[in-house]
Amino acid sequence: MRLINRHPDRGGRLLLILLPFALLLFAYFVGSASRLAENPNDKLLPSASQMASAIDRMAFTEDKRSGGYLFWQDTTSSLARLGMGLAVAAVLGLVLGIAAGSVPLFGAPLSPLMTVLSMIPPLAILPILFIVFGLGELSKVMLIVIGITPCIARDIEQRAREIPGELLIKAQTLGANTWTLILRLVLPQLMPRLLISLRLMLGSAWLFLIAAEAIASTDGLGYRIFLVRRYMAMDVILPYVAWITLLAWTMDLGLRQLTRLCFPWYEGAKA
Amino acid sequence: MSFIEVKNVWQEYGDQVVLERLNLSVAEGEFCTLVGASGCGKSTFLRMLLGQEKPSRGEILLDGKPLAAEPDPSRGVVFQRYSVFPHLTVLDNVALGLELPRSPLLGRLLGAGKRQAREQAAELLNKVGLGHALDKYPSALSGGMQQRLAIAQALIMRPRVLLLDEPFGALDPGIRKDMHALLLELWKETGLTVFMVTHDLSEGFSLGTRLMVFDKVRIDPHAPQAYGARITYDIPLNEGRRPAAGVLPQQWDQRLAMGQ
Repeated sequence: MRLINRHPDRGGRLLLILLPFALLLFAYFVGSASRLAENPNDKLLPSASQMASAIDRMAFTEDKRSGGYLFWQDTTSSLARLGMGLAVAAVLGLVLGIAAGSVPLFGAPLSPLMTVLSMIPPLAILPILFIVFGLGELSKVMLIVIGITPCIARDIEQRAREIPGELLIKAQTLGANTWTLILRLVLPQLMPRLLISLRLMLGSAWLFLIAAEAIASTDGLGYRIFLVRRYMAMDVILPYVAWITLLAWTMDLGLRQLTRLCFPWYEGAKA
Repeated sequence: MSFIEVKNVWQEYGDQVVLERLNLSVAEGEFCTLVGASGCGKSTFLRMLLGQEKPSRGEILLDGKPLAAEPDPSRGVVFQRYSVFPHLTVLDNVALGLELPRSPLLGRLLGAGKRQAREQAAELLNKVGLGHALDKYPSALSGGMQQRLAIAQALIMRPRVLLLDEPFGALDPGIRKDMHALLLELWKETGLTVFMVTHDLSEGFSLGTRLMVFDKVRIDPHAPQAYGARITYDIPLNEGRRPAAGVLPQQWDQRLAMGQ
């Protein structure tokens, strides 16, 4: 049988999903064990028990200086920044995208402007954000917003243009004005697309968050990673990275489930 | 008294003449079928009737007044594809037509108004044979069912004119026959004026009370775009079904005037 015609069965599929992860972990712990056997004080590839004790220290022991649990504080402040940035970017991107994509008079000035703005590397203007918005929360949220809004807006604009003209005409024959046409037809048809767009932008949003936290912050997951780098504390960095990955993956999964739950028509309509 | 009057209408895109010197008067309640080769302007004519395009010369009068320059509820339309909204259920697709005009701010009705709109929509959907599928999304319907939905959606507005752009072009022959019966029944009941573009000549002959053939009369082989199509035949059909008897001589006069 040809390779392209062979499909894994259920058990086989699960096995194949887990296999690469298991291999990666195996390779890591073999490497870690051999280095630690040579030098018990090696910090580069900490063992599972070293990382477990680091997690225990960060997440389940009160910090002596601040009296809080650093890991959870970092998580909540990072997620708050990320959530705020994503929410503002989603709303802005949706509004700009729909305006540019469905109303030609708005699209004419907006569309080229958004194309140009989306080419500005957001990290290059981070210093400007710090100067303008100060070193507080606002500048970090703004970096995420500025970083991903143009991409979301351009994506939504494109999708708005892809709505068949027949549907827009039909809506007009059903008595819609411009506003109700957007409210009842364009907006609901683009909502699932917005969630997809957000999923695609999650990676960039995290990137901007970590970058902003690394440079100017007093808490946050990115701040902690860059702080403990000074002591080469890989036993903290690695669990933090894994935790960030897990959070990002969960958000992605959540957005996907939300699409299915809220827009059951979407899967069928694409065909 | 003619309901729709087309006066010396031309449609040109740059150098390309699509339609030239169209003169036509159509009585209310007429079922016009438009046939002709591909690219001869019958869909263009339909788009002008819809208000989606403006004629480059001449004018179209509806009830003695110039046609609104954009689509509005007075003219319903069914396209071959993309006629129904994928994100609304069958029921909401039809109820939408009752909600939009009455709620210019929210675009939706609430409470009793909503219930009433849905009841009215369900009644019409029962009539077109979709009573069993009210809560389905269009993507779960077959092509024929989707077109039934599109027709119901157009009719809930009680338009005076119904424009059909090859509505059954993508359907199986058997389903097409059912759709013909449904369309004729609804047309008789509502007294609508129908314009239907079709590629299927027998469909054009069997459904219409008036068949119009679009074709180019003049052709310059060196400049195929220099001349547009006209209505070369305008044939009254299915006398028994005709709503108004008095229109016939007028049509023949017109054909003679056009040199056919």
